[in-house]
Amino acid sequence: MVENYNFAVFSNDQAGILNRITAVFSRVNLNIEALSVCESEQSGVFRHSVQVRCEHATALRLSKQLERQIEVIKAEFQVDDDMIQQEVALYKIASKSMLEQTLTEQIIHRHHARILSMNSEYTVIEKTGKRDESQALFDDLSVIGVLEFVRSGPVSISKPMANDAMSSDMSFFKQHATCDADH
Amino acid sequence: MNTVSMISDAMNLSETKVLPVTETISGSQAIIKSLLAEGVSQIFGYPGGAIMPTYDALMDFENQLEHILVRHEQGAVHAAQGYARASGDVGVCIATSGPGATNLITGIADAYLDSTPLVCITGQVFAHLLGTDAFQEIDILDISMPVTKWNYKVTQASEIPAAIAKAFYVAKSGRPGPVLIDITKNAQVESLDFVYQVCRNLSSYQPYPRPNQMALAQAASLINSAKKPLVLFGQGVILGSADTEFLKFAERIGAPLASTVLGLSAIPTDHPQYVGMLGMHGNYAPNKLTNECDVLIAVGMRFDDRVTSNLEFYAKQAQVVHFEIDPSEVNKNVHADVAVIGDVKQTLPELMKQLDSNEHLAWMTEFNELHQVETKKIIQQDLSPNTKEINMAEVIGGLNDLHENPIVVTDVGQHQMVACRYAEFEKTRSLITSGGLGTMGFCLPAAIGAKFACPDRPVVGIVGDGGVQMTIQELGVLMQHKLPVKVIILNNQFLGMVRQWQELYFDKRYAATKMNNPNFGMIADGYGIANHQVTDREELASALKVMMDHPGAYVLEVMVAQQDNVFPIITPGASVADMNLGPLDINTNTEEHEERVDG
Ligand SMILES: Cc1ncc(C[n+]2csc(CCOP(=O)(O)OP(=O)(O)O)c2C)c(N)n1
Repeated sequence: MVENYNFAVFSNDQAGILNRITAVFSRVNLNIEALSVCESEQSGVFRHSVQVRCEHATALRLSKQLERQIEVIKAEFQVDDDMIQQEVALYKIASKSMLEQTLTEQIIHRHHARILSMNSEYTVIEKTGKRDESQALFDDLSVIGVLEFVRSGPVSISKPMANDAMSSDMSFFKQHATCDADH
Repeated sequence: MNTVSMISDAMNLSETKVLPVTETISGSQAIIKSLLAEGVSQIFGYPGGAIMPTYDALMDFENQLEHILVRHEQGAVHAAQGYARASGDVGVCIATSGPGATNLITGIADAYLDSTPLVCITGQVFAHLLGTDAFQEIDILDISMPVTKWNYKVTQASEIPAAIAKAFYVAKSGRPGPVLIDITKNAQVESLDFVYQVCRNLSSYQPYPRPNQMALAQAASLINSAKKPLVLFGQGVILGSADTEFLKFAERIGAPLASTVLGLSAIPTDHPQYVGMLGMHGNYAPNKLTNECDVLIAVGMRFDDRVTSNLEFYAKQAQVVHFEIDPSEVNKNVHADVAVIGDVKQTLPELMKQLDSNEHLAWMTEFNELHQVETKKIIQQDLSPNTKEINMAEVIGGLNDLHENPIVVTDVGQHQMVACRYAEFEKTRSLITSGGLGTMGFCLPAAIGAKFACPDRPVVGIVGDGGVQMTIQELGVLMQHKLPVKVIILNNQFLGMVRQWQELYFDKRYAATKMNNPNFGMIADGYGIANHQVTDREELASALKVMMDHPGAYVLEVMVAQQDNVFPIITPGASVADMNLGPLDINTNTEEHEERVDG
């Protein structure tokens, strides 16, 4: 069954590592639906969050191929249900419509969004939430006219405590990895 | 920023008791000294602008580090592969930026698929010119990324020792593979305080996973209770230098032993339990009985599709025990009921403690019976043909008869499969062939590398008339170094393996496989290399003897039947149990043609 898989790939800080990670997915013709990179809770260790749609068996195989990369410390993956996800969306609209229409204010209020920045020319609205929520706000604002719209793509964090979230195979391999001792 | 720790977090400086002495030298000198510190004595390469400072430094170390000038960078990397596979040490090649670096790629890819430890050093334009499309600037890191185990761009001299130390460690540890280090010209000319620390571990990398005791126990109990066990061994046994451990294990359990192409020579061909080669052109018995064994024991092999053929019909009846160092190979193609992850050099002896002594005589008899069938239908005719023309197998047979125990290096095609089927091996590391990538042009340069690695062993290259022309310029190395490599060109005047597929699966439409060849003897003459052409069977044995007895390099061209086929063959898409034993046996109506023409 094809599902949304959220990979968390932890790596050292080395130029080119992102290419190696994305190549594991592109090699089997998978489209990366979302990607973000940040330093993890461990300083010097980077977390690459990659979202792809694939079969479980593929996810398992790819996670091992990711771990095979020298600079990758570990690679985990989880389905959407096991993750808490959030994304940030920004919307730019012309300011005059703002002043003219209380409608805008109502929309912002209804969607629990907020105004991030405002001047006489334009207003930037921020919405944090799930994809369908930011989409709903976009749809409503479209009536007024959205000049620019950008979404961060989801960032996700696992729900269960560390180990049970991982596939059993993964925890087996992990227990043999030196990285556990280091971290 | 501490560059050393960027490359190699685990450089364990505290390990050395005395503080190492530093000296101020140039980056190029540091490259050479780092190689020397890793015990390298021979490197293969080709100079050019971006690597010239390093070549200049090389001149000062000529008597410690021999540089072998190839005639094309592909030759350098294949030679380094041949060197590594014959010796077990890391092969080293060096080239300039741009075209020099891209010419290495085929060989790096070959080494990647066949797990060959290589360190490839490429020159790169000055760091300040990166990204400007400078002369001969190419992003070789990105190009080589999918075919290297690790790669790294050095942009300052101070990074050189740590980068090279890590390169060697990564290349040779765990499942070996090629590493590329790209070094900008400024890094070669700048100076640094040089101190060399061998790399022994990296926090993100676990090359030798510790075997799981439970898996070992399960493996032992499956093997102990097996009635019809079959052992498949691959190059992992050779790479782990575990041939002794493997034989002890194999003799304890008394099971039949079948080899992958890359596993060949890990055990002597005449071992009583050896039942032949697996795969598309392998032996009948081990392929067919793969689907009748009850426990399939895979040791250091990766279930390549040339071995398994159609996975839907592969060993479905068997419980599979997989001994493998690379976790990503387990359950990739064939489901393992028990996976013992680890180096077989370590896992097999641990397993031994739990193994019963056993023999499986009736089961072995089944192999012998099928082998008789193959002998009658194919082998006999192959080795003592009643045709007018010479065939490939009898040339290999003739070589066996000389009992010189050579390192056999093959190219890719029919002659490769014939050599793998018929060559007899006594010692490990005696067959060097391009397995995973199937690179034509591999033979001659790889044979050169093997000879440099093992000057005391005879090295015989077996190559087709097609493949030899892909790297024929490397005869220049034989000439320049007076290197006594023997090259047998099996000339069928066709791209034989492709022609065979056209005959069997493409309605005999021989598209672009007939070749008008040059006079190979005259080419050898041009290089001052002794040579001879054989057209008659009566001459063959003596010609082979003359070749082996000749003190220098030798090119022996044997004119073989033009339109011979290699049998048996598993038709692509078929089951391993459905090997075709000959032309009459073949089912040409197979629906499923594989798009990839042979490896
Ligand atoms: C670089 C490369 N190009 C193409 C092929 C496809 N190929 C595989 S075998 C073969 C024919 C080889 O002919 P030859 O070298 O004469 O050997 P023979 O099969 O006749 O023994 C070809 C073209 C290949 N394996 N490698």
